[in-house]
Amino acid sequence: MGANPTSAFPNGIGASSLRKEDQRFLTGAGNYTDDINFPGQSYAYFLRSPHAHAKIKSIKTQAASAAPGVVAIFTGADLAEAKVGGLPCGWLITDMSGQPMKEPPHPPLAQGKVHHVGDQVAVVIAESYLQAKDAAELIEVDYDVLASVTDVATATQPGQPAVHDMAPNNVCYVWGHGDKAAVDKAFSAAAHVTTLEIRNNRLIPNAIEPRAAVAQYSRSEDAYTLYVANQNPHVERLLMTAFVLGLPEHKVRVIAPDVGGGFGSKIFLYAEETVITWAAKRVNRTIKWTAERFESFMSDAHGRDHATKAELALDKDGHFLAMRVKTAANLGAYLSTFASSVPTILYATLLAGQYTTPAIYAEVTGVFTNTVPVDAYRGAGRPEATFVVERLVSKAAMELGIAQDEIRRRNFIKTFPYATPVGLTYDVGNYEATLAAATKIADVAGFPARREEAKRRGKLRGIGYSCYIEACGLAPSNIAGALGARAGLFEAGEIRVHPTGSVTVFTGSHSHGQGHETTFAQVVAERLGIPFENVDVVHGDTGRIPFGMGTYGSRSLAVGGSAIMKALDKIIAKGKKIAAHMLEAADSDIVFENGNFKVAGTDKQLAFGQVAFSAYVPHNYPLDKLEPGLNETAFYDPTNFTYPAGSHICEVEVDPETGVTKVVSYVASDDFGNIVNPMIVEGQVHGGLVQGIGQALLEQAVYDPESGQLLSGSYTDYAMPRADDVPNFKVDTQVTPCTHNPLGVKGCGEAGAIGSPPAVISAVIDALKDLGVRDMAMPATPYRVWQTIQNARA
Amino acid sequence: MTVKLLLNVNGKEVEADIDPRTLLVQFLRENLRLTGTHVGCDTGQCGACTIHLNGQAVKSCNILALQAQGSEVLTIEGLAAANGDMHPMQVAFKECHGLQCGFCTPGMVMSATALLKENPKPSEEQIRAGLDGNMCRCTGYQNIVKAVQTCAARS
Repeated sequence: MGANPTSAFPNGIGASSLRKEDQRFLTGAGNYTDDINFPGQSYAYFLRSPHAHAKIKSIKTQAASAAPGVVAIFTGADLAEAKVGGLPCGWLITDMSGQPMKEPPHPPLAQGKVHHVGDQVAVVIAESYLQAKDAAELIEVDYDVLASVTDVATATQPGQPAVHDMAPNNVCYVWGHGDKAAVDKAFSAAAHVTTLEIRNNRLIPNAIEPRAAVAQYSRSEDAYTLYVANQNPHVERLLMTAFVLGLPEHKVRVIAPDVGGGFGSKIFLYAEETVITWAAKRVNRTIKWTAERFESFMSDAHGRDHATKAELALDKDGHFLAMRVKTAANLGAYLSTFASSVPTILYATLLAGQYTTPAIYAEVTGVFTNTVPVDAYRGAGRPEATFVVERLVSKAAMELGIAQDEIRRRNFIKTFPYATPVGLTYDVGNYEATLAAATKIADVAGFPARREEAKRRGKLRGIGYSCYIEACGLAPSNIAGALGARAGLFEAGEIRVHPTGSVTVFTGSHSHGQGHETTFAQVVAERLGIPFENVDVVHGDTGRIPFGMGTYGSRSLAVGGSAIMKALDKIIAKGKKIAAHMLEAADSDIVFENGNFKVAGTDKQLAFGQVAFSAYVPHNYPLDKLEPGLNETAFYDPTNFTYPAGSHICEVEVDPETGVTKVVSYVASDDFGNIVNPMIVEGQVHGGLVQGIGQALLEQAVYDPESGQLLSGSYTDYAMPRADDVPNFKVDTQVTPCTHNPLGVKGCGEAGAIGSPPAVISAVIDALKDLGVRDMAMPATPYRVWQTIQNARA
Repeated sequence: MTVKLLLNVNGKEVEADIDPRTLLVQFLRENLRLTGTHVGCDTGQCGACTIHLNGQAVKSCNILALQAQGSEVLTIEGLAAANGDMHPMQVAFKECHGLQCGFCTPGMVMSATALLKENPKPSEEQIRAGLDGNMCRCTGYQNIVKAVQTCAARS
């Protein structure tokens, strides 16, 4: 750790500065939503559906209402009467026939029917949490249980139960992307076709902080304050006020304080915080709600859950000619905030990967089931696309007898910008660089010897590759809008210079582990030439920050950081005018270097702090042509996505007697463009890798096909990666700066989770290839691997 | 019905009348407002609520406050020196970037300090096994392991 030798500033761009936020987190002084308490607060408990699919015949709340401590009980009928709307979906997908997707209503408390286990049926508000929970047990709900459907692969078949009457065959949309005719033609002329059936396993995000909210209503101001564990407080507020509660936006303040991990699951507007905000005025009390872990499992939006048939057409030399992908994507029981875009816009557009495949066609069916809504989870569509592409490539190489690195090199995109056949234009990249670096660090040349050595120990060792790409820095608003986004995707930043020269940065990005308070301060310290200690970053409060879109899709530095850079440009431009006046020089003669405004070519200069002071004590100041103050806001709307990419090489050892698979070596060489804080970037990669390895080897959300019950609803049933499940990683970065944002950065938050699953699975298959194994489903649990070995030997 | 509870928390004697159903973690967070101890799963799985009870790492969501009657409890708030200097484990976590969102961190640090008390020079494998009861969804564990190794090497 420490200073970057290339920067003039010890905590500038490129330095592994230790994090500003760590002091409070390490001493128990963090301020998470559940840590927030107000005198006289009440507590909410949500009664949830025990059934996957049922009609609600009646709800009797009289006995519960009379229970000790109960303040109020509300059901869907109360919300309907108050004209509370449904939770909206923020992205319109238009299907192949030009029809809008089916958008069934999503009432915050069920009305008439429940659609998944965990669906909210009623809320009890009481003086204590235990009283609310005890009273909920006295609510009598008379259900007429209906047949349910949870499996995405079969939910659209005739005769399956209908989740929503308005969506025949449980289809939300059938969406096509790419040139189907060109693809079909290429397949008919191909020398070789590789095919795969893929189940991208359903995951449960499991941020360690459960979702939580505290809602307050002030009669004196006729205004609301909502504290909520959320990644994008302005989006939360806009959706809640304008689309659900019909409240004036300026009368609601949303604060997302310290948030204990998100991974996508805290992007969305959920029923619970919506209901307690509404109820806070009704009962004129502060209301607190914190999910228990079982509620996290059955109410946080899940991730992935695709059933895919994928085909790759190749010529005899292993050049890719075309790709054809047909995917059924589980959307769950309702459309969550960005659910519709994840398996379409964020998936099919990434199917080119790092390769020159000239023709690609994807058909995606969005499917309703009686399961928790499915939405963005770390990577959001891009891990699913990467798994399709990289597994096809690895399998094709195996079938054609071409080395794994060689088949990739033969097909790499080498000239930029490059327009893919699926709608993206990659601005820059160097895929050979990351593959070469990963190959060297992984000592691929030594692999055969390691395999032999493992064999002597009775272990089967395999190696797997993944060369992934992602589209981050979401997003150019006009492009996103043309694709159906119902929101802008810019970011906002404000630089408030104080009279003594210290700075507060207000950003629309939100940090829930990413370390923005440090990284953004490094950017500002370097640009203004002021001490890192003199910069504070404020985020997560609609009452303080400008309207911002929040943090997801690895966008914070690429978009939020760019907004900060734009605001800094304005600060410096104004500072030059102030300095010019004070130094009696022309504006155009002032240069800003290392924290000083100088008259070019002279020794006349003013420190940044002197100019800041003058802006607020404008005695010697050009008041006739310049306003006092030094405070600038900028909004940045990106002109393109960013395209982080990299090469991952994984080695596993399988114990054929038990099926236990150990990741024994993992190398990631990633290109994130320029890097502000290498220590933080490395940490982001580590975390992403473990989520990806978790998907590949451990994690699986399981529904009982008959009852629709969530069987993996606790930490004893859902296998989270623990410290002894994973190895140390070797991570490397190669740099091709992004060409279209001021910092040249691309984003690093999701790469590990995107790149790793196919590398791990391909390594497992490679370990078992001598047994004739050519495919392996995720997660590759000991039982599945052992069974595969038994089947292969039979 | 309430019951009298007497115990020592972070070096201070504490006395309270509590509902006997109160969990130790509830007592710490709600009665004493020591909100550094977190609840991640309420089922003894995630370890975010780990504290020291008479010097041993214990998951405070898994025991009643009354089970700590007469005991000494140390929470993350009491780990630093009286002058505010962080404990060497806290320093190591910061220097090694052993935390991201910070939510699992208090429990992780309390488990890690207990681990080193039992085994001052653990191997990497022993550290990983020793932290098996504490989940982290952010860091991928590598820098947590490094922090424990760093702290062990310095003591």
